[in-house]
Amino acid sequence: MEQPVATVASLAGAVKRYGALTALDGLDLMLHRGELLALLGPNGAGKSTAINLLLGLIRADAGRVTLFGRDPQDIGARRRIGVMLQSAMLPGTLSVAELLRLTMSYYPAPRTLAETAQMAGVSDLLTRRYAALSGGQQRRVQFAMALCGRPELLFLDEPTVGMDIDARRKLWAAIRQLVAEGCAVVLTTHYLEEAEALAQRVVVLAKGRVLSDGSVHALRARVAQSRIRCISDLDATAITAWPHVVSATREDGRLEVRTEAAESVVRRLLDADPALSELEVLRAGLAEAFTEITRDASPEQEAA
Amino acid sequence: MEAVQSIVMSDASGRMPARRVVGAYLAEMRSECVRYLRAPGFMLPVLLFPTMFYLLFGIVMNRANGPDALRFLLASYGVFGVMSPGLFGFGVSLAAERDNGLLTLKRALPMPPGAYLLGKMLMAMLAAGVVIVLLLAIALGLGHVPLGAGQAFLLLLTGMLGVLPFCALGMFVGTLVKGQGAPGVLNLIYLPMSFLSGLWVPLSMLPGALQKLAPLWPSSHLHAVALRAVGLSQDPIGAHLLVLTAFGVLFAMLAARRLRRVG
Repeated sequence: MEQPVATVASLAGAVKRYGALTALDGLDLMLHRGELLALLGPNGAGKSTAINLLLGLIRADAGRVTLFGRDPQDIGARRRIGVMLQSAMLPGTLSVAELLRLTMSYYPAPRTLAETAQMAGVSDLLTRRYAALSGGQQRRVQFAMALCGRPELLFLDEPTVGMDIDARRKLWAAIRQLVAEGCAVVLTTHYLEEAEALAQRVVVLAKGRVLSDGSVHALRARVAQSRIRCISDLDATAITAWPHVVSATREDGRLEVRTEAAESVVRRLLDADPALSELEVLRAGLAEAFTEITRDASPEQEAA
Repeated sequence: MEAVQSIVMSDASGRMPARRVVGAYLAEMRSECVRYLRAPGFMLPVLLFPTMFYLLFGIVMNRANGPDALRFLLASYGVFGVMSPGLFGFGVSLAAERDNGLLTLKRALPMPPGAYLLGKMLMAMLAAGVVIVLLLAIALGLGHVPLGAGQAFLLLLTGMLGVLPFCALGMFVGTLVKGQGAPGVLNLIYLPMSFLSGLWVPLSMLPGALQKLAPLWPSSHLHAVALRAVGLSQDPIGAHLLVLTAFGVLFAMLAARRLRRVG
């Protein structure tokens, strides 16, 4: 009878318009159990609209939105999710423990207060008033509220904004622990290194559509170019004529070669100049891939 | 076998035992009350204005007019004092929380339906109760108003239930105005309505045209109920209660409709 529910939430052909503006233009997106998905895209790409649909905060104009196979506005479906929104001002006169207990009360089988606090790193803040906390501490409390209900799907909207590096790394560790326990996570972030560090799957949105959907590795592979940098006397203009070389330039005695076949070009460089030193090969990062993909987002895709 | 079991379990996990649902309502109400009782910026004006007015215009300036004047003003300032936790408790906080993301978060979280509004309602009723108790203490302790226990209880009941139509009005304003604008708009309703309902100056001393308008204001109906509670009138209050109920239901429905539409 029971179908194995591998998909925890989905958008199918979701359309959302705000007046003349089309925020989502037939978006298809599946979230799988135990998977960390990073949702990336320039401002206005439709990330927030997609999340708001999945949270049941807004209704789609067309298409189908499901959360655990149900309507996202069904409270039973929402009892299985945890939420950390980008900006939420919580009541400052309540203590951290009071805020957590209140949120825990919404869920059927929440974690204990101690476990929640320990996972989010707020154990030492429990008795403090929320208003007296720093911005980074407040974000940690919001993260604790998101995970306290033992969610199967966690929405994290820009979770590490305002955190220092140490706090950010701790939060990443906690997110990895949740994923290891089988929790699915949807992460939106402006920090591409955050997506790179955490995500198994990266979905890039632009203009309300999916531009790219795949692993971090696959996304980076879309930008095939690497950069080779070294100190060498070789002539840049001559290298430009080599096979597979896209460009070669010299700046302050440093040679920089862009290529799609780094291995063969490096071999030839080493052969040509035995005195070559400080060799570096840089693979395109997620940031470059992201820039590349979203720049290409031309109005070519008109098909409905 | 193992896999099937885990799916069935996770499918059931969206359900919640009734005891825990009730617990969630109670937790929400408790939080809503505690957070405002700890906020002097909200509680002090709500408690101080009616009590200071009653002390000054009642106990100090009207003592010579006898206990009936003090009894009359107890009902007037009681209504005046009860209106503010309803209007401001609901209106200001709703307008602010629609603006700062708290309401959005609550809607995304599996908070049981209506718990948020129910919590604010209870908080307003509690604050209204405190206002009436303070006024009663002043009337009995300093004004020596001969008031029976039954009358005191009826006034308390009038206050704690009479706050509800103003909660509905405040809620409606809170759904129209966002953020910082709400206190100003609410004062534009609160102060003229108090004056026009004869809470500051008895209705009989207002111009005739304004007297005729008085039945439009819910506070004038609550005033009539409060006067009956303290034993200053024997008029039937059924019609007043009906108007107050209708007023409350109307604005609650208007507000609920707007909340569903715009959130």
